[in-house]
Amino acid sequence: MNPIYDPYLPLGILLLLAIGLGLAIIFLNGILGPKRMSKEKSTPFECGNDPGTNPRQRFDVKFYLTALFFIIFDVEVVFLFPWAVLYREQLLAGNGWFFFAEMVFFLGILTVGLAYVWKRGALDWE
Amino acid sequence: MTTLILYALLKIAGFVLGYVMLTATLLTWIERKQSALAQDRIGPARASIMGLRLGGLLHIPADAIKSFTKEDFIPDTPNPWLFKFAPVIAFIPAFVMFAVIPFGPGDLIISSASFGVLFILAVTGISVYGATLAGWASNSSLSLLGGLRAAAQMISYEVTMGLSLVGIFMVYEDVNLQNVVIRQGSNVLNWGIVTQPLAFFLFLAAVIAETKRGPFDVAEGESELVAGYFTEYSAMRFAMFMLGEFIAIVGVSAVLVTFFLGGWQVPGLEETGGWYTVLQVSAFALKTWFLCWLQLMIRWTLPRFRYDQIMHLGWRILLPLSLLNVLVTGIVLAIIHG
Repeated sequence: MNPIYDPYLPLGILLLLAIGLGLAIIFLNGILGPKRMSKEKSTPFECGNDPGTNPRQRFDVKFYLTALFFIIFDVEVVFLFPWAVLYREQLLAGNGWFFFAEMVFFLGILTVGLAYVWKRGALDWE
Repeated sequence: MTTLILYALLKIAGFVLGYVMLTATLLTWIERKQSALAQDRIGPARASIMGLRLGGLLHIPADAIKSFTKEDFIPDTPNPWLFKFAPVIAFIPAFVMFAVIPFGPGDLIISSASFGVLFILAVTGISVYGATLAGWASNSSLSLLGGLRAAAQMISYEVTMGLSLVGIFMVYEDVNLQNVVIRQGSNVLNWGIVTQPLAFFLFLAAVIAETKRGPFDVAEGESELVAGYFTEYSAMRFAMFMLGEFIAIVGVSAVLVTFFLGGWQVPGLEETGGWYTVLQVSAFALKTWFLCWLQLMIRWTLPRFRYDQIMHLGWRILLPLSLLNVLVTGIVLAIIHG
């Protein structure tokens, strides 16, 4: 392999640069900016009022549900990628309709899942 | 090895630190000017050096100096370390996304790794953490709500984002962005926006929701949540959220250009090398600028959606449509080749 095309080295350099730049900006700000802390200042900002609610309260279960749906659907989307890349090749090789039927079957299960959560009202936000 | 690192650094310096950072900083000014035009105001015009105002352009260095010299304030929170590093986590994904985006022909791409777009999808997944951790660690009800809204919205639209690209992979048979651009060719009729028109609009809506801008900015909705998940942030940590957001605008524009507008391809130009390459890199830069501007335009044209409308749009309209897009693309390709 031609070392010029080693793809991971530049990726690593960019990642290190991003982390370094991020930390350097914060560090520089810490040096240049003043430090004047007070008890009043460190309370949560609620337009000048005393904080009315505890920020560590319970929140809507819908957020958890959305996260669960995301995992289910996004993983299935990733499963579609290799299929999509090979699709035309398989079509030209002559077994296209079988390959197509596989995807329809897979998407069918996905759609049934979506229809189910839809019907159960899990996608309702009121 | 040394040449290799130098070459990589040169490309990073030119593309990410040069073009992308320049565009992102200019966008902070253009956004304010654009909104001023849209609302019949003058916009930023105060910063001046010896009476020289340059149409408000000097607000960019003024803002930078100001953010750097303000107090790096950390509120009373049980998670100070999460609070400190959330902006960095929000900033990094936007920055490293450019590694797999080709900005010119040949090896004018920082990393020609074969996984291509999978890297972009993975990295946008990480960017969710920045907003969510910031909201959680701020120890403020407003921030928590903003963070939760941001998290649920971003992951919802990520599904559509991935699914709308499946059609593109079916047509161009690769997930590496450089190969996708090469297969699109210099014929406009073979570009993604013509072969996958529905996917273009689905992906555009999904990435705007992903950057939490435009009509999808409920996560920071200033009329309800002050500033959402970064309410408690100040100085450079706040600026890093903003910078990350503007870099993300450039990033998603570049991805859109790569998949749907032929990347660096110039219509009718087959050759590469020499001045042709210069022309093609400029074409990429111009197309990306156009899409950045389009996103600003969308933000200042459309009113903000309600949160239930956003979730409705994401799960009940865009997701079924992107499934349909995969199905229709499959049928059309099977008819063409079958």
